[in-house]
Amino acid sequence: MSIPADLKYTASHEWVKTNADGTVTVGITAHAQDLLGDMVFVENPVVGRNLAAGEECAVVESVKAASDVYAPIAGVVVASNSDVETSPETINQDAYAAWMFTIKPTNSADVAGLMDATAYQALVESEAH
Amino acid sequence: MLIFEHSRPNRAAHAQMPAHAADISDLPAHLLRQDVPLLPQASEMDVVRHYTRLSQKNFSIDTQFYPLGSCTMKYNPRACNSLAMLPGFLARHPFAPATTGQGYLASMYELQEMLKDVTGMAGVSLAPMAGAQGEFAGVAMIRAYHDSRGDAARREIIVPNAAHGTNPATAVMCGYTVREIPTDKEGDVDLEALKAAVGPHTAGLMLTNPSTLGVFEKQIQDIQKIVHDAGGLLYYDGANLNAILGRVKPGDMGFDVIHMNLHKTFSTPHGGGGPGAGPVGVATRLLPFMPVPVVTKENNQYRLLVEGDIPATIGRMSANHGNAGVLLRAYIYARMLGAEGMHRVSEFATLNANYLLKELQQAGFDIAFPTRRASHEFIITLKKLKDETGVSAMDFAKRLLDYGYHAPTTYFPMLVPECLLIEPTETESKETLDAFVIAMKTILTEAYATPELVKGAPYTQPVRRLDDVKAARELDLVWRQG
Amino acid sequence: MPFIPHTDEDVTQMLAAIGAPSIDALFDEIPAALRSGKLTQVPEAMTEMEISRLMHERADLDGRQLNFIGAGAYEHHIPAAVWQITTRGEFYSAYTPYQAEASQGTLQLIYEYQTMMASLTGMDVSNASLYDGGSALAEAVLMAVRAHKGAMRVLMPKTVSPLYRAVVRAMVKNQHIELVELDYDPDSGATPVPTADMGDFAALVIPQPNFFGVLEDVDVLTDWAHANGGRVIALTNPTSLALLKAPGQWGAAGADIVVGDGQPLGAPLSNGGPYYGFMTCKQALVRQMPGRIVGRTVDLEGKQGFTLTLQAREQHIRRSKATSNICTNQGLVVTASTIYMSLLGPEGLKRVAATSHANTRSLLAQLCAIPGVTQAFSGYGFHEAVVQLDRPVVPVLAALQAQGILGGHDLSADYPELGNALLICATETKTAADLQRYAQQLSLALSQ
Repeated sequence: MSIPADLKYTASHEWVKTNADGTVTVGITAHAQDLLGDMVFVENPVVGRNLAAGEECAVVESVKAASDVYAPIAGVVVASNSDVETSPETINQDAYAAWMFTIKPTNSADVAGLMDATAYQALVESEAH
Repeated sequence: MLIFEHSRPNRAAHAQMPAHAADISDLPAHLLRQDVPLLPQASEMDVVRHYTRLSQKNFSIDTQFYPLGSCTMKYNPRACNSLAMLPGFLARHPFAPATTGQGYLASMYELQEMLKDVTGMAGVSLAPMAGAQGEFAGVAMIRAYHDSRGDAARREIIVPNAAHGTNPATAVMCGYTVREIPTDKEGDVDLEALKAAVGPHTAGLMLTNPSTLGVFEKQIQDIQKIVHDAGGLLYYDGANLNAILGRVKPGDMGFDVIHMNLHKTFSTPHGGGGPGAGPVGVATRLLPFMPVPVVTKENNQYRLLVEGDIPATIGRMSANHGNAGVLLRAYIYARMLGAEGMHRVSEFATLNANYLLKELQQAGFDIAFPTRRASHEFIITLKKLKDETGVSAMDFAKRLLDYGYHAPTTYFPMLVPECLLIEPTETESKETLDAFVIAMKTILTEAYATPELVKGAPYTQPVRRLDDVKAARELDLVWRQG
Repeated sequence: MPFIPHTDEDVTQMLAAIGAPSIDALFDEIPAALRSGKLTQVPEAMTEMEISRLMHERADLDGRQLNFIGAGAYEHHIPAAVWQITTRGEFYSAYTPYQAEASQGTLQLIYEYQTMMASLTGMDVSNASLYDGGSALAEAVLMAVRAHKGAMRVLMPKTVSPLYRAVVRAMVKNQHIELVELDYDPDSGATPVPTADMGDFAALVIPQPNFFGVLEDVDVLTDWAHANGGRVIALTNPTSLALLKAPGQWGAAGADIVVGDGQPLGAPLSNGGPYYGFMTCKQALVRQMPGRIVGRTVDLEGKQGFTLTLQAREQHIRRSKATSNICTNQGLVVTASTIYMSLLGPEGLKRVAATSHANTRSLLAQLCAIPGVTQAFSGYGFHEAVVQLDRPVVPVLAALQAQGILGGHDLSADYPELGNALLICATETKTAADLQRYAQQLSLALSQ
């Protein structure tokens, strides 16, 4: 399962990418989509919503399971990807291309506190046992 | 073919409607319907044939062995149905005076008394219409009890991770937060985790015993003490009451409140998904909070106790007296069993389960908790099979349909990978169980020899395996003409 | 042994296979102190012949009066085919259709039911049913609050059945939802559009017909609720929808959620149950809808088939985050209703509704011609009406009952402001002679 080295990760299986303008884009990892199976529904947070770190803010749903998506860091939602809402299967096809929403962080230093690819790889392996 | 495709303009079952169209010209036009609703336009025989044919596309207890774990698919005696549908019972309006319902009310009073006895509780309300409503009533009573004592800090319900999904869902509906605690390797509650979890914030613990893992919780006396010492109450989820009917009373285990699933233990029909009935039983301290109505007997007359009679009641679960006709079926079944018959239910349910477990173990299946006695049900895990052949528990279940058996419960409880939860019930004979074992063995052989065959099952049903993903992505929930 | 097939020989062989000396030994993990003794309140077993005798005697005590009570449960003719087919073992003794391939009968029937209910109510989608009308209204209130994501208040007219309001209270009170009561107009018996600022609210409940049998001004109420940021929950009698404008057509945008009790569509009065609650809604709310839903799909050979869908919302997957704790629908009663609606068809259901309306109109005219009886409300009615008597209702009802007539539902406890008020109902099951008999007997009772 791919874990791109240039992204940051959370223990709840979100990936986080820092953009040039300081905003961060969030999606769920390839590992998470594999656990959930065929996606049938995605609900993103509305633009303008203020999120606390760890707050439930989106839902992804497959035939057999539904899972909340959590805000990796605090901030305000500045974009939401309606393409994944209309075509949830794109998350199964490429979880790292199918971004869900973008946050303008309250404190841009918060991103540094997230897991890097190596740490996330270790987490995924530990959960497999 | 759908019933709508049998429809033809102006065709109708004329014997079934008033002979003439009555005058409605007194009603104002702006409140009237202009379009014609999409109801079938068919002859009486079209309709009878269509739905008779649909019925033949179902598995049912009347036609197949149905070893569906946690669902207690025992024989539904026919007398329970025909006697509950006697005209005097069917014709009575729920608001008709109690004097016109003494036959029904007497039966309900006696059912309450019998359920009090088998559960060891001080009071029973028959009002909840399903297990989940019984759970709701039970947890609402726990909350009402703590609130009545001004003990507002108790805001958490503890639920073992093996519990039915309704337990946490119910606790949330009652305004509680949920704390899950783990299960140990033997399938029992992890006592250390329980001790760490309880405190002045604990409203109660919800427990199924025997548990959803098919074993009796041996430490129930310790659990009871830990929760009660912390000031919490104990809720008994009666999903598995069939395993201990007439043998152990939940009240004696220290439970304060219990719900029963009469559609399991008392053999009322599952009806393709309901109606059920989920009466609640309570210990003395919860009597003031019981859901209304409750049947009482005064001067040899029966009547319903309502809000004014039980002022601290948690209220009403339904407009009337719950699923009254279902309750009548349970009453008739209970009277046909009698006291001895109730003891035998748990004895033979347990005998059948332990026999089937042993035979399947001998046939090469992995038992999830091999050191334990089965209760009335047990779990096998097909993890090894999945790893070696790619055949999953779901594939295995679908292949059983081809052999004429309803599948056991799959993927529940979620704690056991690739599991099948098997409950034969007391009403199945040894021959049926032996034939089922042969089918299981045959499929196991097929899975190793020709895994693709099993993965493609079923082949003999009205449809092959269905595309669930398409169903969820391209929602098609109602038929549209054209 | 009732319903247990084992011979002694079977038991011996099975215990030998298990390696246990006795059936008792199979319970050896249960602490001895917990073993209960004899059941003292459970009588000895009865044979089918014996219980049959007892139940016939009891049924003969009950329910044979000429019934003019409605108030949420209605006596209609039920075609013989309805329950004969419904109680076929293949429907009666089947489980919830989780194994879709082995449950196509039940699943297709529910899909057909969903289609009929969605059309009857003018909505896009329907679930597979809930417990009853009262609990369906409670689920609709919770659903509207979930969907609104803000307001925790729901406007509840007093013209909603007092028992339904009690059920809603019991089910939502622990979730901080406020039910704001709306009063009715004492002349018309209908709910006026609120003139005061009602603040933020998630939904307005509109009963049509309302508990008094009176028709609400649904278009105006619907538009008012939408203009003020709330959704509309329609509470309807499904029989009436063959005549009355479907909630989907109320006002400019239509109701958002429609609920009610399905009992009038083929379920006998039966002491109050089992009935079922129906729920339909607009497409946009489908994921907020509680309960089971059946969808049409294809199998791996492309053949049409039916399956439960959107299960990820439900308690067995979502646990504490489920839309509701509900597990069951009222499948068997829905089976009966689907067959009922198929037999009646659009014309039959319309005739049932129209005849019930005409019978009630005729009864009301005959009763109000009796000195001491007046009609309580001026509003248009469907198949129920409120009359006021010149004396307490209870003894009058007792006098009628002595003549084998159930004269209606006494409103004086729930609506003391209406005085000696009685809610009456005459469905299509009543003949002209029945109506006359009621009028004569009431006249006699009031002349004493």
